[in-house]
Amino acid sequence: MQTPGSYIPYEYLPILVIMMISVMFSVVVILVGSIFRLARPYKEKLLIYESGNPPVGETRERFSIKFYIIAMLFVVFDVEAVFLYPWALVFDSIGLYAVIEMMLFIVMLLIGYVYAWKKEAFNW
Amino acid sequence: MDISSFYGFLGTDTTDFILRMIIMVAKIAVVIVIALLHVAYSTWFERKIIGHMQIRLGPMRVGYHGLLQPFADFVKLFFKEDIIPSSGDRPVFQLAPMIALFATISSLAVIPFFNDFVIAKNMNVGLLYLFAMSSLSAYGIILAGWSSNSKYAFLGGLRSSAQVISYEIALALSLVGIMVLSGSLNLVEIIEAQQKHWYGMYVVVQFPAYILFLICAFAETNRTPFDLPEAESELVAGYFVEYSGMRFSLFFMAEYIAMIIMSCIAVTCFWGGWTLPPVVMKALPFLAVVPGLVWFLLKVYCHLFLFYWVRATVPRFRYDHLMSLGWKVLIPLALANIVITSIVKFLF
Repeated sequence: MQTPGSYIPYEYLPILVIMMISVMFSVVVILVGSIFRLARPYKEKLLIYESGNPPVGETRERFSIKFYIIAMLFVVFDVEAVFLYPWALVFDSIGLYAVIEMMLFIVMLLIGYVYAWKKEAFNW
Repeated sequence: MDISSFYGFLGTDTTDFILRMIIMVAKIAVVIVIALLHVAYSTWFERKIIGHMQIRLGPMRVGYHGLLQPFADFVKLFFKEDIIPSSGDRPVFQLAPMIALFATISSLAVIPFFNDFVIAKNMNVGLLYLFAMSSLSAYGIILAGWSSNSKYAFLGGLRSSAQVISYEIALALSLVGIMVLSGSLNLVEIIEAQQKHWYGMYVVVQFPAYILFLICAFAETNRTPFDLPEAESELVAGYFVEYSGMRFSLFFMAEYIAMIIMSCIAVTCFWGGWTLPPVVMKALPFLAVVPGLVWFLLKVYCHLFLFYWVRATVPRFRYDHLMSLGWKVLIPLALANIVITSIVKFLF
């Protein structure tokens, strides 16, 4: 087991390369296309689509508060889901202790979950 | 810094290093090209299947039974004018499809296609990396919806981000059972762990998790019945309504590659990847002649067919139903699955 920061994580090199290739791919496709394709913009063409009418009013208006609540709940629950991963990986070596600990963890998670449900955070 | 292991991986001298880099880049290029070919032909496959399910023929004109249709579509999209709305946020608008494609193509790196053919071998955070990338692709959608400055796109982007993050939780929880059973996040090790059992596929013991995973995969990739973000009849096309030409097709590719990747994860985690169950191999030993890639692709194609089948059969959800299904049904079921799996594994 190596301590983080003391070695080069070379297993991740292919990830870096595939990321660079995927960015290059989309840039090249767009740039090469721009040589061949037409560009005849005029004012009406550059308007945003609104069922054929000229756009009316502000686009980024206020929207439902529910989206914010969902975003906050996501942060809480996703972090808890990620906490389950290391537990699942070392499950074999810890045994009964792991099972009991995780039951406690899931019960605590459920308390928050039931609270959010009672507050009608999941209702639209 | 201990760099000896680095040289061990990248070769002993400069020529060796360059050779290894070339092999790596070639491998990646092959995988990406094959994935893009699959995108092209899965559009054809989808239109054909949905056509026949609706007693139509689907594409027939370009080539034999429309087999050249994807290339005709590509040529059309390639030469289309690239329209950027004047009131939109130009740099973000241009960046959004690239982010979407970047996240999905990068996920291909940890998928084991056959025997040891993985781009990033020995990467022990495989599944976590896949979840991270599928979350990242939500950025492309949100930024596209926001920067278009169109009401349809804005609503589509909002809906889509809320939907993707809601189902992300259930998706992440549905695979914890697999991790408990296999004790690994590395996809190759998950397949090897499945081979230790006579049934050779975790779908046998994790069937509820498999169903949960499939439902979440449909929602994550914005496919019917969860295609609210791009609901044609209410939001025109949702977040990419303002996109045209090549930028539109980048979104399109991202969506289809995401679908293929979800199928690959399902095949790897639940269906044993490129392997067959040991019990089948024992009964029919001549099947060992067939290369593993064939089994892998067959399983992936079955999942892709399922995506299209569902699209042709099931009507779209209502948004409040979608949210309550995700939060009130799928998450408790996924947690119950984790509890039951861990108790059963502990007792036996």
